[in-house]
Amino acid sequence: MNLTIFLLALFDGIAYAALVFIVALGLTLIFGVMRILNVAHGSLYAIGAYATVALTGFFLSLGLAPALSFPLMLVAAILVGILLGGPIEWLLLRRIYDKPEVLQLLVTFAVFMILEDVQRLVWGTQPYFEARALQALGNVTVFGVTYTVYQLILLPAVALVLLLGLRFFLRRTILGKLITATTEDREAAQSIGIDADKVFLLTFIVGAALGGLGGALASPTTSILPGMGADMIVLSFAVVATAGLGQIEGAALTALMIGLGRSFAVYVWPEVAVLVPYLIMVLVLLVRPEGLFGSPAARKI
Amino acid sequence: MSIHSDAGAMSRSPAEKETRMTAGTWLAIAGLVLLAAVPIFAPSLQLLVNLALAKGLAVLGVTVLLRAGQVSFGHALYFAVAAYAGAFLLAAWPGADLLVVLLAGALGAAVSGLLVGLFVVRYRGIFFGMLNLAFSMIFWSILEKFYHVTGGADGIRLPRPSVLGMEMGRHDFELVLFWLTLALVGGLGWFTLRWLASPVGQLFRTVKTNETRLEYLGVSPRRALLSGYLLSAVLCGVGGAIMGVAQGVVTPEYAWWIRSGEMVFIAVLGGAGSVPGAFIGALIYEFVRVFASAFAGDVWQMLLGGFLLVIILFAPGGVVGLFERVTRRGAAKGEEAA
Repeated sequence: MNLTIFLLALFDGIAYAALVFIVALGLTLIFGVMRILNVAHGSLYAIGAYATVALTGFFLSLGLAPALSFPLMLVAAILVGILLGGPIEWLLLRRIYDKPEVLQLLVTFAVFMILEDVQRLVWGTQPYFEARALQALGNVTVFGVTYTVYQLILLPAVALVLLLGLRFFLRRTILGKLITATTEDREAAQSIGIDADKVFLLTFIVGAALGGLGGALASPTTSILPGMGADMIVLSFAVVATAGLGQIEGAALTALMIGLGRSFAVYVWPEVAVLVPYLIMVLVLLVRPEGLFGSPAARKI
Repeated sequence: MSIHSDAGAMSRSPAEKETRMTAGTWLAIAGLVLLAAVPIFAPSLQLLVNLALAKGLAVLGVTVLLRAGQVSFGHALYFAVAAYAGAFLLAAWPGADLLVVLLAGALGAAVSGLLVGLFVVRYRGIFFGMLNLAFSMIFWSILEKFYHVTGGADGIRLPRPSVLGMEMGRHDFELVLFWLTLALVGGLGWFTLRWLASPVGQLFRTVKTNETRLEYLGVSPRRALLSGYLLSAVLCGVGGAIMGVAQGVVTPEYAWWIRSGEMVFIAVLGGAGSVPGAFIGALIYEFVRVFASAFAGDVWQMLLGGFLLVIILFAPGGVVGLFERVTRRGAAKGEEAA
């Protein structure tokens, strides 16, 4: 393996890890606060990607500058959060917070099945390409390796901003503290006047929007086709589980581990590249069943 | 959700339970006899019923796990492992016996179930469900990527196996397969009921209610869960091997998550935790699917998802639960009248 290939694998891994991290961030935030694993998160990712393609396709056909696709990505993510995340929490999840974990999984799984067909109905089964945002930023050459600015600089930057922003939000702002308090002890939080219902709704919308943003940012780098949601939910679960459910900083590290592991495997042994994330997850969980940064749950007797 | 509440069974007096048991047994026998007559009176439905029953066996595997309060989103893994084991055996040994093919499938499912099971029984709930999903996705991508071994997305064709040393024509073979499937449904269904009632099965079910107490008894919950996991994997395997032989081709789609989701759906539809419910659910599901695919093929998963939500939120007992509720209400009315 020479330097060029090493750098290519490194850059691939970083770009990929940034995307997976953004999606995993939404998943782990929702779990951390609400104790629900949202299987439909993969669909939100896919719909974010489809919505971005549809929006950019429409607005750029009006003759607007390709740079407009960046705010449109944000718009798509927010739409996913509010139009899909909001009703899912409000109409469904709110009814099942006191039900067993298995039931909650089944409900989000049912939503996942529904949304997979919704995508197919709205956007069909043909793949979409929309790389104008990627081309708009051009390329950069590092040590003789030419790579797109979008993947090498923008994606990691967005991931980093989101990580630091979420940390700051949860620890330094009133709203973030309300969320943290509700996570720690829902009843105690309610008794001092926190509207836990509102906190959950907000958390879910933000988490869903992060899933949508992951899809929106992924849309210029990949072809968008049915099934991408199923792949992403399993992959982002692998990231989140390896870190420990609910661990935000940990998810960043494991996303990087898994992203780099996968991209190096692509160059060394391509057949197993898809398996690498799961191998990493299984190896970590064999040694640390709660994930790298998770702590064992207190047991109820 | 009361995936299955044993409280109802316990509150009934033993004698009452006894009579209910025998009534249930007669119903089951009547159902099997009715199904056995399908090739004679409705030959056009034979293959459909055969596939539905094969799927029902796999659903039974998922049902067993629901009795321990665990849901697996990846049991299509064992379905596919067994079907591919049968396919590889038939490729290496054309004209192998049908029973040997099914046995190879069950064995393949048991071995993979043991390997995966040793790992996943350390987890419950979310992790259990999602890790199973991850393993099935791994197997699916192996099937897709290593196409020089597995035939990739086109899969492998299964030549028709022999039966007890006899080469059979298509018609006769399908008849034999149908009745063999039915016998397996009856036999394995009965075995599963007995197993769940056995001491091992009762320990297994305690994983759902309170597994800490199991440890106080000096029993390893992991081992209890593993025994049930193995049973569920073998049940899925037998179903998968029958499906492969009946369809004559196996593809990676056998391990695809949609298959696993379908199994969970049918298990919940039939009545989560109910053994006959697994087969009733599978039959209903396959019939509706065949007749609905003409006009609802595009929205099929959406319908499944919507229906799943309705069952979970409004009829957690599934079809069997609804049936019991109706008959119990009827019985209560009868008592009032008396």
